[in-house]
Amino acid sequence: MLLEVTDIAKTFTVRQGWPIPRNVSVRALDGVSFHVDHGEALGVVGESGCGKSTAARVVLRLIDADRGSIAFDGEDVLAASPARMRALRRRMQIVFQDPASALDPRQRIGAALAEPLAVHGIARGAAAHARIAAVLDEVGLPAAAAQRFPHEFSGGQRQRIGIARALVLAPDLIIADEPVSALDVSVQAQILLLLAELKRRRRLAFVFVSHDLGVVRYFCERTVVMYLGRIIESGPTGALFDAPKHPYTQLLRGASPVPDPEAPKRVLIPEGEPPSPVAPPPGCHFNPRCPLATSVCREVAPALRDMGAGRTVACHHAT
Amino acid sequence: MTALSVRGLTTSLRIDGAWHDAVRDVSFDLAPGETLALVGESGCGKSLTAMTIMGLLPAGIGRLSAGSVRIGDVETSQLADRAMEHIRGDAIGMIFQEPMSSLNPVLKVGLQIAEPLIHHRGMNRRDARRRALELMELVRIPAAAERLDAYPHQFSGGMRQRVMIALAIACAPQVLIADEPTTALDVTVQAQVLELLAGLQREQGLGILLITHNLGVVAGNAQRVMVMYGGDVVESAPVREFFAAPRHPYSVALLAAMPRVDRPVNALAPIPGQVPSLVAMPDGCRYQGRCPLRIERCAALPPLVALRGTARHQVRCWVTAPPEGKDS
Repeated sequence: MLLEVTDIAKTFTVRQGWPIPRNVSVRALDGVSFHVDHGEALGVVGESGCGKSTAARVVLRLIDADRGSIAFDGEDVLAASPARMRALRRRMQIVFQDPASALDPRQRIGAALAEPLAVHGIARGAAAHARIAAVLDEVGLPAAAAQRFPHEFSGGQRQRIGIARALVLAPDLIIADEPVSALDVSVQAQILLLLAELKRRRRLAFVFVSHDLGVVRYFCERTVVMYLGRIIESGPTGALFDAPKHPYTQLLRGASPVPDPEAPKRVLIPEGEPPSPVAPPPGCHFNPRCPLATSVCREVAPALRDMGAGRTVACHHAT
Repeated sequence: MTALSVRGLTTSLRIDGAWHDAVRDVSFDLAPGETLALVGESGCGKSLTAMTIMGLLPAGIGRLSAGSVRIGDVETSQLADRAMEHIRGDAIGMIFQEPMSSLNPVLKVGLQIAEPLIHHRGMNRRDARRRALELMELVRIPAAAERLDAYPHQFSGGMRQRVMIALAIACAPQVLIADEPTTALDVTVQAQVLELLAGLQREQGLGILLITHNLGVVAGNAQRVMVMYGGDVVESAPVREFFAAPRHPYSVALLAAMPRVDRPVNALAPIPGQVPSLVAMPDGCRYQGRCPLRIERCAALPPLVALRGTARHQVRCWVTAPPEGKDS
């Protein structure tokens, strides 16, 4: 197993309110556990504020978890010294949604790609140039791209640069946070194909955060569904979306548009929006919107139950 | 009778001192109670078409080069700005992707919804406020009475879009242009907002021009679809026919490039290259540079022709929909 995340929690404190602001706690992650194997892509899906991006960032310690443990290739990430953390980060890289804001607009692409190589003491000078040219080629960009600036590229090309920047250190795991969400469909498909090819050829593992279930179905072998800081269902992606067990996953799946006018009319969406993570309801967080909710749901948070066939669900009533 | 009728609409943009056609010869009719989806990727001209219809082209940068727009029974394409102001927000409403940037952040939402009623209908403030409350209830904003005096930032994204819808339909327009109305929203909220629009449409006979890049949204919410590429309408069809048998190579490619949640997708087929910029558009068919079916004839622009047997399915392609009825 490459990555094992166990029971992590993270609470943010934000100041809110007017005229008298006060501190409120937002529980972004509440006992989240998942694992990723070598060469495997794990999808993390859910709506705004469910904690999916926080979960991805906690793995890299871009955000520090309050509790829990993260093991990368057997090594304790949360206890790693700065020197060990640097060594670990070489093997875990991140690709962001908007590559334009992840690249320095005044730095040539070549310099942006050389920087991580120098920081990690891997290559300088001619050796670095050769490596950069190779990785640009691998993501489908000409070697001449190294001499140019980010603004000279289209959105899809910039995302290729973002991927090249992550790849240049030859990582084992890539955290991809909505990597294709800002792209048009035709370009999105180009980038997804590139990522799939890299995954296969380099045996890369992915934690792939997305709000688009279709993209996740294409790319990820397994998927976890999050709702207000908790994982509420997990399983092999195809089975999970073909027959979701948790009422929230059913809602999410039913609300996802499909390009088929003959598809059965979408499920009834309950009124209201996901409650704020500032004050989640007690018990199961989904209970105020859930058609199956009973008194136990309002009192006891359901634990993830093993449903067989690699699936788990956190619902008192799911079968 | 049509709610909106557009004929030969051509819009040009000025880039480095030269005018380039960004929307070419777009024609369609929108019936009351009908939803027509305008789809395509960034830069295909779908939003520009909407801005032209609304008379909101930035002066000096965009202009209507040819064509006519008829909203209800008023020809609006030649109207002066002042006259167009009487139409906009009255006979035709529009909602945008990001309601936060369309709403005034320092005005209470109740007042913003009341404004078109005061302006177009000459209502007094008290009546307009009462009507604003009814409209907020109509778009199902919970606790509407208390939120009449709230500011836009106090609403969530989905609720803000409901405020925008209430504002847009305040004067009971015949036509609503919805430009990516749910793109910034989570899918469950998106489904709620689309359902709300469908309900209003049923009750009020609203004609909706739905602009979206999402073919899933088209399939679930429109009766007809027009696909645009590089400013040209390349295919126009009833939704069922379109998804059952898309004919233009770009339509086919767009569907094949879309990952789907409802079935296993083993192979995605990306469209090679990217949309050329306006200044670098090829003569003739603008899709030719990316098209696997390209032939010599594509150097000339094919006409939009009806497929045999179905006048409502039109395609602009020499190869898949040749004119002169040679099509089998």
